[in-house]
Amino acid sequence: MAVIDRLGESLDGGQGGIILSTVDSLVDWARGKSLWAMPMGTACCAMELIAASFSKFDFDRHGTFPRPDPRHTDVMVVAGTITKKMAPAVKRIYEQMADPKWVIAMGNCAVSGGIFYYDTYSVVRGVDEFLPVDVYIGGCPPRPEALQDAVLQLRQRIATESISPDRRRESSFVLPMPGDISFGSRPGGGEDEGGDAE
Amino acid sequence: MTADIVRDDMPPSEIAGDEEQLVVNVGPSHPSTHGVCRVVVHLDGETVTKAEPVIGYLHRGIEKMAENRTYLQVVPLTDRLDYVGSMYANWAYCRAVERLAGIRVPERAEYLRAIVCEMQRIASHMMSLGSAAADTGAATMFIYAFDERERIVEAFEELCGARLTYNYVRPGGVSFDVPEGWTDTVLEFCRNHRTALDTMDRLYFGNVIARQRMKGIGVLSAEDAVAWGASGPVARGSGVNWDLRKHDTYSVYPRFDFDVPTGSNGDCYDRARVRLFECYESCRIIEQAIAQMEPGPIKASGMPRLLAPRPGDAYDHIESARGSLGVYLVSDGSVRPYRMKVRSPAFCNLALLPLLAEGHMLSDLVVILGSLDPVFGEVDR
Amino acid sequence: MNITELREHLCATYPDLCPLFSIEFGDGVLAVDSERLSEAAHNLKDLGFDRLGMVTAVDRPTRFELVYRLHSRSMSAALVVKCTVEREDPRVASLVDLWPAALWQEREVYDMFGVVFEGHPDLRRILLPEEWEGYPLRKDYQDKTLIRRPDYI
Repeated sequence: MAVIDRLGESLDGGQGGIILSTVDSLVDWARGKSLWAMPMGTACCAMELIAASFSKFDFDRHGTFPRPDPRHTDVMVVAGTITKKMAPAVKRIYEQMADPKWVIAMGNCAVSGGIFYYDTYSVVRGVDEFLPVDVYIGGCPPRPEALQDAVLQLRQRIATESISPDRRRESSFVLPMPGDISFGSRPGGGEDEGGDAE
Repeated sequence: MTADIVRDDMPPSEIAGDEEQLVVNVGPSHPSTHGVCRVVVHLDGETVTKAEPVIGYLHRGIEKMAENRTYLQVVPLTDRLDYVGSMYANWAYCRAVERLAGIRVPERAEYLRAIVCEMQRIASHMMSLGSAAADTGAATMFIYAFDERERIVEAFEELCGARLTYNYVRPGGVSFDVPEGWTDTVLEFCRNHRTALDTMDRLYFGNVIARQRMKGIGVLSAEDAVAWGASGPVARGSGVNWDLRKHDTYSVYPRFDFDVPTGSNGDCYDRARVRLFECYESCRIIEQAIAQMEPGPIKASGMPRLLAPRPGDAYDHIESARGSLGVYLVSDGSVRPYRMKVRSPAFCNLALLPLLAEGHMLSDLVVILGSLDPVFGEVDR
Repeated sequence: MNITELREHLCATYPDLCPLFSIEFGDGVLAVDSERLSEAAHNLKDLGFDRLGMVTAVDRPTRFELVYRLHSRSMSAALVVKCTVEREDPRVASLVDLWPAALWQEREVYDMFGVVFEGHPDLRRILLPEEWEGYPLRKDYQDKTLIRRPDYI
């Protein structure tokens, strides 16, 4: 996707609106509807991650597919407790993924340490201590439908991005949102600059 | 931040005699779904000369945490130990607490515990067989097995509200009684499950590729199995006829009529077959338990809100899907355990990996690891 | 074989182990000190205890208490061996030669408590990273990253 990024940077400041909107829609459609997931499943949430991919819940109809290889995937689903011993491995695999990439923190342990927040000497309290997380899913473990909802919300987020870093886009809703939660314009391209949180 | 995962104890090459060996690192994140295990493999060509598992990537300090929780608050922690089998992990802990505090559990609760434990055993074996099959490439078997597991998990969700970490078996009994129609659902599941097991048997174990990949691989002799403290299907696959439900019986198991499948060759094929046949036996036990269960209380009466057993220590174990799962509790008279130790069967079985993998090829290593069936929540605690 | 029969069998074969035997909470317990552990273990293995189920330690105020659970299939009996080790320099003989099951279990006790097992072929940390300092399951373990749970009772 390097050509696209260079094209986007050259169209800085929102110039070339008609070209950008078409290209943006195409790129976001392609990225969002085929989010291959890297299952970084360490503990109990990994069971629900697997269940989400299989016949009853079927992730594949959303275009998401567990592919245990960082080079082939767009989104890393961190499912399970991350310990201090495991953290360097997770970081290394995140770095091996190609841009653009996103992270879903699945389960209470990945969000904040969860049930292992207190009295433990070896658990990293939330994967966002060293990774930039895009979607947090609560639950211990969250239902497979929650994971699918996270992927759909991530798609929503991707739909607001643009190949040009400065441009802001209005997004059309993929799903009806309850109440007055709105995913209106969001700054695009931010998560790629996130890098290390340390 | 801790050091890089490539450490000093992993030299890039090693001279052994006249040959140079390659050291390959498998894991801790790898496609095999057993969890976070790293195996440092020394290879001579394609043959494994030494395979050393490095564990601890899921060490969460549950034993230390238990020292600052009350006896009831520890139960959710035990759920997360063997997360494929939360029901029996809860049960092992509760048995130790009941032994320590001298609590008598009512009969209906014991029957319910046995029913959910056997269902959990089936679910765990489905996970194990499925992921071991996926390691050899048979992805269809994984999906079929997981479908059976989904039926069980749905039944558990009806019973206690959770799909994976149930917190159902508590010291003194169980937390909820069965909803209406639940036992009929479970009986129907048992009927359908036998057909599904037959299908899986033909699909996977009848397949010539699966046989070639599993027969004669990772042979464990009966003496080694006993000396290394192996238990469960790993030991029974080698012919060691030892099942705690029959030979050191507990709870209501003496009232059931079931067989203990054992293998003869001690290879991966036999271990997997033992797991398959244990599912048939579990169906038998569930049907008998539902038939024998009488209405009654499900929690021990007169239990204090905060358990404070007298000082001392107690150990109790159950036959889990992986082997003999035991919990050793030390009490100092307060409301919190002084020490909780979990005797984890997967930890003891995994110690066999260097012994079993030597001399085989790298692709057999994955099959052997699958047949040992580790669950890293339990190995690392 | 129940506990009284086991006690008689033990006393008949190894009379010097007899006074160390007691019954606690329904389990037969043999209390030895660290010098006699190896000899007692050899005797028990000859007696028919072919399986070592569990090795663990408990951090008592003045000492470590090592707890071993042995099991015999032929006699259908279980026996607990408790061995006291001093806290300042905890060293005890390793039982790996008798029961290979002790290989990883003793490493875990070393990792968590710092008890050194003499004669163990590969004594290093197993659950924690190699460069970890301190022994977490000791009661006096200090760790600034550990957040203690408030007392919700």
